[in-house]
Amino acid sequence: MRIACPICGERDSREFSYKGHALALERPTEDAGALAWDDYLHNRDNVAGVSEELWFHDMGCGSWLVAERNMVTHAFGAVRLAEDVKEASA
Amino acid sequence: MRFSALKILKEGLTGNKGWTPHWRDPAPKPEYDAIIIGGGGHGLSTAYYLAKNHGMTNIAVLEKGYIGGGNVGRNTTIVRANYGLEGNSQFYSHSLKLWEGLEQDLNYNAMMSQRGVINLFHSDGQRDAAAKRANMMISQGDDAILLDKTTVRELLPNLNHDNIRFPIYGGLYHKRGGTARHDAVAWGFARGADQRGVDLIQNCEVTGIDIVDGVVQGVQTTRGAIKAKKVGMVVAGRSSQVAAMAGMRLPIESHVLQAFVTEGLKPCIDHVVTFGMGHMYMSQSDKGGLVFGGDLDFYASYAQRGNLPTKEHVMEAAMCLLPQIGKARVLRSWGGIMDMTPDGSFIIDKTHIEGFFVNAGWCYGGFKAVPASGYCMAHLMATGQPHEVAMKHRLDRFVTGRGLMDEEHSGSQHNLH
Repeated sequence: MRIACPICGERDSREFSYKGHALALERPTEDAGALAWDDYLHNRDNVAGVSEELWFHDMGCGSWLVAERNMVTHAFGAVRLAEDVKEASA
Repeated sequence: MRFSALKILKEGLTGNKGWTPHWRDPAPKPEYDAIIIGGGGHGLSTAYYLAKNHGMTNIAVLEKGYIGGGNVGRNTTIVRANYGLEGNSQFYSHSLKLWEGLEQDLNYNAMMSQRGVINLFHSDGQRDAAAKRANMMISQGDDAILLDKTTVRELLPNLNHDNIRFPIYGGLYHKRGGTARHDAVAWGFARGADQRGVDLIQNCEVTGIDIVDGVVQGVQTTRGAIKAKKVGMVVAGRSSQVAAMAGMRLPIESHVLQAFVTEGLKPCIDHVVTFGMGHMYMSQSDKGGLVFGGDLDFYASYAQRGNLPTKEHVMEAAMCLLPQIGKARVLRSWGGIMDMTPDGSFIIDKTHIEGFFVNAGWCYGGFKAVPASGYCMAHLMATGQPHEVAMKHRLDRFVTGRGLMDEEHSGSQHNLH
C-alpha cells in the first residue's frame, strides 16, 4: 500500500502507523458513562467496505491523517490532515 | 460408513467403488430446534457436540460457501496448550485433550501429529519468561520442558544456533503440541455431525436475523426463511457483519494474518518451532513443505491477502533462523481474516437477545480451539449456562473491565495484540 500524505505526497505504507478507525475525534466526555466509553474504546462498525481510519506519519512529517480506505481492496480514497477534519467539524 | 483398515483393504481390491459421500446435501427445512450460522471448524464442532453431548439432532449448520472453504482451510494447523492466564489455560488444556481423542471419536484421520512445539529463546530474560510459562503449563496439568542450548542443537540441528545477534539459548518444549490436517478436521466434524442427523446446508448465506421483542425467531437466508428458537453465530472473520444483522456492534476489528508454504523439501524440521526474536514460526508438512507465518499486517482488512512489508519481515526472520530456507521457493502465500478483540481473547457468550448466542473473536488462535470451542458453545446453547472452561470469555468484560483476558499483557485496546 502507498499512502498519499497531504504534506509529503505518496509514500510507502511502512512510513505510517495504523491507529484504527478514525474515532479519536469523537471522544466522549469524562462523565459519559461506562457504555459510552465501552462503545468508544472497543466496539466497532468494522465494515467490509470503505472505512475512515487514523494513520500517523511517524517516519515522515509526523502528521496525523484521516484516510478513507476500502478494507476489501485496500484502495485508498481521500487522505486529509486530522487537524483539518477537526476544524471542519468544529 | 465406518473407516477401518479392513475397509481400505477391501476397497483397494474392489476398485474403490464402495466409498460414499461423507455427508448429505439436504435442502433447508422450514424450522429447526437450533441453527448454527457458519460451517467452519468451530460451527461444525458446535453442531457435532450439540448432537453428541446434548442429543440435539434437529439442527442445521448454514454455510454461505462450502465446508472447509474459510479460515479452517487458511491457517498453519498448529495445536497446543501453552496458555498462562486463568481461564485461557483451562480452555486450551481441555481442547488439547479433545484433540488427543478426536480421530477415534470421529472415526476420521485428521493426521493429528503430536510432534511437539518448541518456543526458542535468545536471552536470559526470555529464558526467565519461558520458565515462568513452563511452570504455568505444568501447574495446569499440561506438559512443558525447559531445554538447554545443547538439547535444542540435538533436536533441531539445521537451525542457525550461533547467529551472532540472536544466539539460541534454549527452548520451551511442549511435547503434546503439534499439528493436525486442517481440512480433515473440518471434514471429520462435518461427517460426524451429519451422521448424527445434523443438516449441513452449503451455499446458504444468512441475510437477516429475525428478532421480535428481544427474542430470536430464526434467520433469513438466500435459500429462504428458516425458523429456530436458538441461533448461534460462529462466523469468526465476518462476525461484525452477522452481528450487525442482529443490531449489535462487537468489540472486534478484522485483520489479515499471512502464511506461506515452500516447495516440498527433505525432512529438516521435526517440530513446530517459533523464533523468539521476530515474528516467525514454522513446521514441515508431511508433503515436505515448510509452512510458516508471522504477525498481523496491523491494519484492518477483509482482503484475505496481505502486503509486502509483512512478507519481507517473515522471510527475513526465517532466513535468520534457518538460512537454508533461502534456497527454497515459496509456492503459495495466503491470508486469513482474524476477529481481533481488544484483549486478544475470544468470546463465547449469550447476548441481550434471547436465544441468540455469539462465538467470535478468535484472534489468530482459532484452529487449536476448534474442538473445545464447539464443545463449550454447544454446552451454552443447549443448557443456557457457560461451560466451566469458557466462563470467563464473556462479551461484557470490556464494559466492566472485570476479567479481561490479556494473555500478552500488552493492554486491552485494539491494535495491541
